[in-house]
Amino acid sequence: MNRYPWWKNLLIVLVLFFALFYALPNIYGENPALQISKRNAEIDQAAVDKAVAALKAANITVKSAGIEEKDGLIQFDSTDAQLKAVNVVREALGDDYPVALNLAPAAPRWMLNLGAKPMYLGLDLRGGVHFLMQIDMQAAIKTALERRVDGMRGDLRAANIRYISADVDNGTQIALRFPDAAARDAAIAALSSKYPELVFSKDERNAQPYFTAQFTDAGALAERKAAVDQNITTLRNRVNELGVAEPLIQQQGDDRIVVELPGIQDTVRAKEIIGATATLEFRLVSGTPTDWMDAQQSGRTPPDARLYHEKNGQPVLLKRQVIVTGDRITGASSGFDQRSGSPAVFVNLDGQGARRMADITGQNIGKQMGVVFIEHRSETKMVNDKPVKEKKVIEQVINVATIQDQLANRFQITGLDSPNEARDLALLLRAGALRAPMDIVEERTVGPSLGAQNIQAGVNASLLGFALVAVFMLIYYRVFGITAVVALGVNLVLIVAVLSLLQATLTLPGIAGMVLTLGIAVDANVLINERIREELRNGLTPQAAIKAGYERAFATIIDSHITTLLAAVVLFGLGAGPVKGFAVTLIIGISASLFTAIMVTRALVNLIYGRRLRLTQISI
Amino acid sequence: MLNLFPYDAKVDFFGKRYYAYALSLFFLIASIVSLSTKGINMGLDFTGGVVIEVGYNKAADLEAIRAVLKKNEFPEAVVQYFGSSESVMIRLPPAKTGNQNQLADHVLSVLKTEDAGVTMRRVEYVGPAVGKELFNSGGLAMLVVLAGLLIFVSLRYQLKMATGAVITLTHDLIMVFGFISITGIEFNLTVLAAYLALAGYSINDMIVVFDRMRENFRKIRKGTEIEIMNISVNQTMSRTVITALTTFLSVLALYVFGGETLHGFSLTLLVGIILGTFSSIYVASSLSLDLGLKRKDLLKLTDKEKLVDHAP
Repeated sequence: MNRYPWWKNLLIVLVLFFALFYALPNIYGENPALQISKRNAEIDQAAVDKAVAALKAANITVKSAGIEEKDGLIQFDSTDAQLKAVNVVREALGDDYPVALNLAPAAPRWMLNLGAKPMYLGLDLRGGVHFLMQIDMQAAIKTALERRVDGMRGDLRAANIRYISADVDNGTQIALRFPDAAARDAAIAALSSKYPELVFSKDERNAQPYFTAQFTDAGALAERKAAVDQNITTLRNRVNELGVAEPLIQQQGDDRIVVELPGIQDTVRAKEIIGATATLEFRLVSGTPTDWMDAQQSGRTPPDARLYHEKNGQPVLLKRQVIVTGDRITGASSGFDQRSGSPAVFVNLDGQGARRMADITGQNIGKQMGVVFIEHRSETKMVNDKPVKEKKVIEQVINVATIQDQLANRFQITGLDSPNEARDLALLLRAGALRAPMDIVEERTVGPSLGAQNIQAGVNASLLGFALVAVFMLIYYRVFGITAVVALGVNLVLIVAVLSLLQATLTLPGIAGMVLTLGIAVDANVLINERIREELRNGLTPQAAIKAGYERAFATIIDSHITTLLAAVVLFGLGAGPVKGFAVTLIIGISASLFTAIMVTRALVNLIYGRRLRLTQISI
Repeated sequence: MLNLFPYDAKVDFFGKRYYAYALSLFFLIASIVSLSTKGINMGLDFTGGVVIEVGYNKAADLEAIRAVLKKNEFPEAVVQYFGSSESVMIRLPPAKTGNQNQLADHVLSVLKTEDAGVTMRRVEYVGPAVGKELFNSGGLAMLVVLAGLLIFVSLRYQLKMATGAVITLTHDLIMVFGFISITGIEFNLTVLAAYLALAGYSINDMIVVFDRMRENFRKIRKGTEIEIMNISVNQTMSRTVITALTTFLSVLALYVFGGETLHGFSLTLLVGIILGTFSSIYVASSLSLDLGLKRKDLLKLTDKEKLVDHAP
């Protein structure tokens, strides 16, 4: 007699039920959709209604529309409709509502509410971009020191301590020179309490007293961390501006950031926006055009000014003191100048920035102000066959205008080449500046057509793999083959269910792992069935052979599966990207096979043969 | 009852083990020769560089593509079909100058001048530093897997068996490397994944044989070591062959339908499965025999084994 206690059967039924339930959303698939959010706020129903009305006017069929998790979601029947709709909605709602292409699960509401979602497809299956970005920490430290030098200049002025020069040396330390040792000591006394993250040391160079200041270890660490955090925030803002649904942005290691943008179409623009370091500075103009030409020719500039160039190469002198930098910008939108019709960016400043802007422009009406566009670029060049990074800072004056009136928190900037340039600059200003420049050190882009093709390949391979293994098992083991094939099917459903529930990323190698699991999972059944055959040959009755077969094969199955699991776990721990997906499905599949190949088949065998007292023959 | 392998077979596997050693040695030497002369075709993941896959709506003209790339400052581009004649893969070494991560966009615009219908299907750019890191972590993964398996087998079985198993595993892995080298399969992260999965599979096979040997050494009191080992291998032969077959079939499906990306992956697995099966029958057990495995080595039970083996 071979019977399972009732609770084992119940357990199997329950597991089956849950597996089917959580695997089901994958059958419904996904609808093309638009995801609408509102900048700095939650979306309101009115905006969604407005978008739907605009779509109706444009003759685009909407499948459903509503608000989900703070975002508006409009679903469509086809990708065509979705692609047409995105422009319609963008126009209808304007700059304040970023619109992103998305895929929405088509499963019924109540299922989604219970956490049943389709599997999360990796970039190689749905198309998209993966970037690994390396933060230039040297530059981060350098700019952090520069900010402090600016602060120290102000502090010393306020404290009436005279200094000769204040600079950053080699990008690693601050150096301040003083007319005499007394001034230096007074400066250190005044500054050291204000900058606890710096270590000050006195020195003398060419008989001139000066001090240097460097970050303490903790200070440098905090700066690095701040650089990573700020860059992630900025990237997140930029990606939202680009309109990407479900982006992934996270830190990797000490100084790297991973950015994954599924389903993005225009990868070139995405790369430009993500890597851009563009920002603006506003400075007062110094001197007259003749002074500018003189400075250009002689190379000498007044002590409070620096020589810049306009886009056409014209020299222009601007004051060293900055009125306002890009960090003070809270909002920016692109449009056209009402008088000239040229592309323009409309800028909003925060409270502090607006006050400074108002103070300085109020005192300087009739004088000129320059807008400086700053961009960091890094290029890799081969010097003696070794890659060497070269950093370039592009500083261009894009606009010099006479201050007609006191400016406050909102004003416009012209001098841009094209509406596109205005649009991108507005986007970058809105999203905030990167604290430190970054380089793309790894990129993987998969076009949407290849993604669809990969899914098809994966599905075909799984079906064929299943069919081949199933046919073999059925022919070879007959009734016991049937139980093994049912178990294999359950195994597949379990893998899909667990992947859906964990929302682990399914990649093409992940599908390969699933197919490989098909072959390995039946190993347990082969072990069991071969053992039963052997016990039959040794003269056991069928019922006893079944019992002995399952029990004696158990230890072997555990031992042999643990080795494959071990390899998969190491692969998961040390592998990168696509390999992780392979390891995940292999781990889930092999673990699930212990349940399906042993318990599910046993329950089925018990059901078929278990109750028969006088069983003389089994079909194996 | 269907049987691939007659259950009452009494093949003298171990008597003939020197032939197997000779065969192994031959393939090992061939592998090592190929590895040291030809080396392994390291993929982009480990070398760094740029790979671009583009699609055409008709059969692509490779010569024209090479010509247009040569004219436009990409003389080092390697151009080949990828899976079908409408799909072309272009591989570039790490760039000498300029911004590396913009190379792909540049190449695409150059290709557009030759045929406007070209579409970007895939771009992979790996910086040289990242390539080196991926290589190191891959190597580390391999060592950790080998060490982990050695520890597991020696805990669960016996040190001589574990040594035999790990030598066999190394033997398998060198041969698979040799195969990768001889065929010129691009060794990338996915192939590495196949490779490590093989390590697990290969040991899995050996364990089933070992398990039976241990059982028989305890059950059958008469007979020499060779006789008992022969019986064990004969008894597990069916299972070994059938599991190899089912795994082989599922990977075959991947090879047929999985597309070009999984080509190297599935080919590596296919060959590895055959090798692993051969070596778990022959090499692993023969080695433990020649390492001096004796009946008494397997008769001592640890507490843990008593527990597991208690299942009637």
